[in-house]
Amino acid sequence: MCLGVPGRVTTIEENALGMTMGTVDFGGIRKEVCLAYVPEVKVGDFVIVHVGFAISRVDEAEAAKVFDLLREMGELAELDIPQPE
Amino acid sequence: MSPTAADFEHATCPIPIADYPHVLLAHGGGGRLSQMLVERMFGAAFSNPALDERHDGAVLDLPQGRVALTTDAFVISPLFFPGGDIGSLAVHGTVNDLAMCGARPAALTAAFVIEEGLPMDDLWRIVRSMAAAARGAGVPIVAGDTKVVDRGKGDGVFITTTGVGVVPAGVHVSPRLARPGDRVLLSGAIAQHGVAILSVREGLRFETEVRTDSAALNGMVAAMLDVGGDRVHVLRDPTRGGVSSALNEIAQAARVGIHIDESAIAIAEPVRGACEILGLDPLYVANEGKCIAIVAPEAANAVLAAMRAHPAGAEAAIVGGVREGPAGKVFMRSRIGGERVVDMLSGEQLPRIC
Amino acid sequence: MKFVDEYRGEAETKQLVAALRVRVTRPWTLMEICGGQTHTLIKFGIDRMLPEGIELVHGPGCPVCVTPLEQIDRAVEIARRPGVIFTSFGDMLRVPGSRTDLLSVKAGGGDVRIVYSPLDAVKLARANPARQVVFFAVGFETTAPANAMAVHQAAHLGLENFSILCSHVLVPPAMEALLSAEDNRVQAFLAAGHVCTVMGYHEYPAIAARYRVPIVVTGFEPIDLLQGILMAVTQLEEGRAEVENQYTRSVTFRGNEPAQRLLAEVFEVCDRAWRGIGGIPRSGWRLRAKYAGFDAESRFDVSGTTAPESPLCIAGQILRGLKKPHECSAFGVQCTPEKPLGAPMVSTEGACAAYYQYGRRG
Repeated sequence: MCLGVPGRVTTIEENALGMTMGTVDFGGIRKEVCLAYVPEVKVGDFVIVHVGFAISRVDEAEAAKVFDLLREMGELAELDIPQPE
Repeated sequence: MSPTAADFEHATCPIPIADYPHVLLAHGGGGRLSQMLVERMFGAAFSNPALDERHDGAVLDLPQGRVALTTDAFVISPLFFPGGDIGSLAVHGTVNDLAMCGARPAALTAAFVIEEGLPMDDLWRIVRSMAAAARGAGVPIVAGDTKVVDRGKGDGVFITTTGVGVVPAGVHVSPRLARPGDRVLLSGAIAQHGVAILSVREGLRFETEVRTDSAALNGMVAAMLDVGGDRVHVLRDPTRGGVSSALNEIAQAARVGIHIDESAIAIAEPVRGACEILGLDPLYVANEGKCIAIVAPEAANAVLAAMRAHPAGAEAAIVGGVREGPAGKVFMRSRIGGERVVDMLSGEQLPRIC
Repeated sequence: MKFVDEYRGEAETKQLVAALRVRVTRPWTLMEICGGQTHTLIKFGIDRMLPEGIELVHGPGCPVCVTPLEQIDRAVEIARRPGVIFTSFGDMLRVPGSRTDLLSVKAGGGDVRIVYSPLDAVKLARANPARQVVFFAVGFETTAPANAMAVHQAAHLGLENFSILCSHVLVPPAMEALLSAEDNRVQAFLAAGHVCTVMGYHEYPAIAARYRVPIVVTGFEPIDLLQGILMAVTQLEEGRAEVENQYTRSVTFRGNEPAQRLLAEVFEVCDRAWRGIGGIPRSGWRLRAKYAGFDAESRFDVSGTTAPESPLCIAGQILRGLKKPHECSAFGVQCTPEKPLGAPMVSTEGACAAYYQYGRRG
C-alpha cells in the first residue's frame, strides 16, 4: 500500500463499456489506465496511477510549493542558523 | 558453397509448410523427416565447414592456449520478444559466457528439444535468428542435435548451447581476483532485457515497445583485453538476478566489499518508468547484453575508452570501486546521499502493488 | 521522471536533515503506516540519516502482511479447484498460509496468474467464459476503488464467471486500535498519502484530538518523507496535535469523491481480523448485498480453518511497532525471505523483508 506513480495523460477515450480510459506516459513507457475517478483530467495533465487506475490529478502548483518552502528554509538558514554539515 | 547472410534474410521456410505446418514426433525420430529438418533447415542455415562434414561431432583446429568451455539451457517464454527470440538469446548468452572467461569464442553447438506441434514457421524464424546472431558474433554453430517430445511435455522449444573458446596468453580473469582499489565498470544501461520480457507477458503488457539488449559482447571484450591485459581482473555479464547478483557473487568470491554509486548507473527512461509502475528494483532485473568489468585502477580509463569505442559499450561508465570490506557485501550510495545494502535477491522479484 | 526525480534530490535531502537536527530537542517516536513509505525509508537509508532521538516505527501498513491466515488458506483452496483461474497482485503469491502458498499451488499445476490491475482479471473472465476467474481483492482504501470498479464492471456485463475474494482493510480504525492500546509508544503519525488521496483526511482531526497526536499526511518520495517527519517533529516540539497535509499535490481534505461514491455503492463496512493484531471492529469492507453474488467465499463455499501461526513469529508486535524486525529471535535465522515464518518477511512491503533486504541486521 500503495504504489502510486505519476504519469502524463496522452490520450483520453471512452471504451466500449462507457468507461473513461486513457494512455498514460511514465517516462516513455505507456500504459492503458482507467481515468473514471479523475473526470476533470485533460490531455497533458499528470495523474497518480495505482494498479491501473488514476486516483488523483497532480496539482502542479502544490507540487512546486514543496520547493518554495525549501528555498525559504534555505534563505532563513543562511541568515541566522549555521547549517551543520 | 556456403550460403551468405543475404540468402536467409528473407528466405521462406525450406520445409514445405503445406506438408508440415507443425513439427511432428517423426522430425526427431532419426529417419527421413529428421534428416529433412537437419539438411534443409539447420544444416543450410548454420552452414560452415565443420558442420558441413555431417560427422557425429565437429573436429576443430583451435589456436594454442587454455580452453574455455561453457553450456547453457534456454527455456524462455514467450519464444519471441521485442528485439530477439530464444535463438538469438542462446547464441549471445553462450558467446558472452565465453567472453566473460576472457576467451575468444571459437565454436558453438546447439541442441533442440522441440515440443510436438510447434509451428514450423516459428522454428524457422528461430533458426534464422540463430544463424544471424552466430554470423554477427563471428562464431560458427558446428554441431547440434534435435529431439521432439510429446505435446504438453515442452514449452514450444528448449535450446541448450555449448561454447568452446581459447583464452589468450596474458589474460587472467576470475571473480576471485577482484581486489581493493579496483574500479567497477559497467558497459551500459541496465534492466532492459527483463522489462522487454515482462512487457510481452500477459497481464503486464505496455503500449510501448522495450527491446531486449541481447547482444554478443565478444568483440568489445576482446578490445578491452587488448588494452587492459591482465589488469582486467573480473568480467561478468549480469543476466538473471541483475547487476546485484553479479556483484554479490564477485564480492563473496573475492571476499571484498563492492561500493557503487546509483547516479553513475545508466538506465533508459522507459525502462525506469516500467520498473517504477511495477515496483521492480532495476538492480535485480536481467540484462543480456551488458558486461561488468573489475579493473586495476591504473588501467580503468583505458579499458573504459575501449568499451565506449564499441557499439555495445557506448554508455559504459565507472560505477564504483572495490574496498577491503565489509567483505562479501555490496553497497550503493543512493541518489539522495544515503547508503543502502544491495543484497542478493531471494526467489524471483514479483511486481508489487504496495 | 517528472514528479519523481525532483523529490529524490541530494541537496534538498541534506537541507531537510539539517533542519530536523536543529528542530529536535527531545526523543520522539513516530509511526508511518504505509508499506510503501517503509520501503522508501529503508531503501534510501533515510532512517539512518535521522538525528538521534527520532525513532521511526513501522505500522501495519502492508495489506499483504495483515491479510488473515484464513483468507490465504481460502485463496489456496479456491486456486486448487479445477477450472479456476486465480488472479492476484504479485505481492500475495509468496505469503504463507497455514500449510502452503499460492506460488506452490501454481507450481503444483494450479492456474494462478499475476495481474497488474483488477480490470485484467475481468478481461480474463470475458475471454474465458468456461472458466471461473477469481480475483484476490486485497488492499487498503487506495486499492479498493479499483476493485470496486472491477465488480461494478462485471455486474454491468452480467458476468457469471467472475468473483472476488475480498480482504479490504481500513486505516483509521487501525490507527485508533494502536493508539488506544496500553503499550502504545507512538507520539505522532505519518498518514498514508495514497490512502488519503482516495479518502481525504477528514476522518483524522477527531483522532488527533482524541489521542493528542499530530498526524501529517505524507507522500512517498524521500523529500516527502523528510518533510512529513519535519512537520510532525515541529508539532511535537511545539506541543501541538493537529492534522497537516504534506502531500498536497495529490491529497485534498475531502479526497476523491467519485471514488468514494463507487466505494459506497459496492462495499459496506464490516469487522475484520488483522493478521498479527487480531480483530478490529468496523475495520474492513465487504461486498454489499446487491453485489454479494460476486463474493468468491460464498460461490466456492470455502470454510477456512483457524490455524495457529508459528510460535516464533512476532508479526503482531512488529506490525504494532513494538519491536523492530532485528529484535525478533527468529529474524535471519529460522525466518528469512526464502523460508518466511510470517507475512512481514514475505511481502516486500513488510518491515521484516525490508530490514533483511537492506541489511538492517541489528
